[in-house]
Amino acid sequence: MATRESRTLARIMMAPSVIVLLIWMIVPLVLTLWFSFQNYNLLNPITSFAGLLNYQFFVTDPAFLQSIGNTLLLVGGVLLITVVGGILLALLLDQPIFGQGIVRILVISPFFIMPPVAALIWKNMLMHPGYGIFARIAETFGFQPVDWFAQFPLFSIILIVAWQWLPFATLILLTALQSLSEEQKEAAEMDGANALRRFIYIVLPHLARAITVVILIQTIFLLGIFAEVLVTTNGGPGYNSTNLAFLVYRTALLSFDVGGASAGGVIAVILANIVAIFLMRAVGRNLDA
Amino acid sequence: MARQVSTRRKLAFTALAWIVALILFFPILWTILTSFKTEQEAIASPPMIIPSWTIENYIEVQIRSDYFRHFFNSVWISVGSTLIALLIAIPSAWAMAFTPTPRTKDVLMWMLSTKMMPAVGVLVPMYLIFRDTGALDTVWGLTIVLTLINLPIVIWMLYTYFREIPVDILEAARMDGAILWKELVYVLVPMAVPGIASTLLLNVILAWNEAFWTINLTASKAAPLTAFISSFSSPQGLFWAKLSAASTLAIAPILVLGWLSQKQLVRGLTFGAVK
Repeated sequence: MATRESRTLARIMMAPSVIVLLIWMIVPLVLTLWFSFQNYNLLNPITSFAGLLNYQFFVTDPAFLQSIGNTLLLVGGVLLITVVGGILLALLLDQPIFGQGIVRILVISPFFIMPPVAALIWKNMLMHPGYGIFARIAETFGFQPVDWFAQFPLFSIILIVAWQWLPFATLILLTALQSLSEEQKEAAEMDGANALRRFIYIVLPHLARAITVVILIQTIFLLGIFAEVLVTTNGGPGYNSTNLAFLVYRTALLSFDVGGASAGGVIAVILANIVAIFLMRAVGRNLDA
Repeated sequence: MARQVSTRRKLAFTALAWIVALILFFPILWTILTSFKTEQEAIASPPMIIPSWTIENYIEVQIRSDYFRHFFNSVWISVGSTLIALLIAIPSAWAMAFTPTPRTKDVLMWMLSTKMMPAVGVLVPMYLIFRDTGALDTVWGLTIVLTLINLPIVIWMLYTYFREIPVDILEAARMDGAILWKELVYVLVPMAVPGIASTLLLNVILAWNEAFWTINLTASKAAPLTAFISSFSSPQGLFWAKLSAASTLAIAPILVLGWLSQKQLVRGLTFGAVK
């Protein structure tokens, strides 16, 4: 039974974390909002009220629409590869195989590679048009090597990011798969359901929740993809691989346009919040269980 | 009744699984191998599989760019931010797990929501605050930011672990006449340590690999490995073997930690939604 004394104690114990997070949530966000209505460039000491001008400039910049499109393609492409690949891989790893422990370790490893390293390994040693492994393989079979980052910049980044996140999806789906009861699968088998039907009617519904969680959590992280773009294409050629995060960075730290970058930041926050609402519902439901 | 699995079927799945696993692991393996090659070997055609096992690249990377300074920046920032986060989070998660109120769930959800804020949304003010307070390019400045961005995950992970500690055991201890500190030391701490340890492990991994703030808020002095490796993006001359050596050192410790924590990973990264 919670007494009044223990409740006071609980409040005191929670206070530091609540205060710290409250400051972290409010102060930078309010500042971003404030800056987004100012004419403020780091190269120009005079600031003035701008109204909605920053938003107008940011949104009408052709780079903006392209970056939104790229962001959606990036998130969607990676999700497609990782969820479909993750389900297949989880089903495979759920089978009885020799050396399961080692296979599992090999499969999850890419997830632990820091983004700049992952991107540079792929850029230089795999996708390099002259010396990369992909080019060597293409040459062996008599094909013209592909200059990945010049011809398919966004797709190349999608491949790299999917490689990093496939282990995450696999691991979570595998964990969910393993909680499926043997009896249920056997019962379906005895009823004469074939493998495909068992997958559609038993396995997939069982995985639905885990798939939702994978999609939502990955989306949160994928909306903010930054280092992979920075070290591979730097957003180019042109704006072909610039996503929203990179566009804001570019506006802020390369053009020193504080107002414009802040307007972009606010737009990014709104976009992320739409996703967040869904994620919070999915996670929140679990608290009652 | 266990299902009989034919050996042939098992062998087929084994072969397939190993092929897929090796393909996924190949880029990492290749980096490690390349780090022990000379620069000429690294770009040889056809590719050399077995390196000449030179450690020249590792020495070169250290001499040219003071590699271990960046390495230890990474260590300080990731371990430091994790410890501070634990210090703030343990009492908080403890209180929510053991004296829940009707509002506990809302508080938890609100804490999680702070994690949903995209970093670019607050890049500008953070950069300006850092510039004006002299926190730019400092280890302590980055430590604070990483503490803040990972705090919600730490609280959530701890909360899901603490919640599984049976409260009955406390009452039993109280009946036996245990006073508060004894209750803590002999009953609760031993039960909480595994959860705290896995939280620590996962959070060090996340902080080590964080590549937005670490790149944007440092220049050279406080740059951790994420920022240092990014500086290889516009290279001159032959550099693959050296890049591989720097990369291998940067990912090796975290790979080992990751393998150790793989069981807790799912739970931590899904905020307890999948166990």
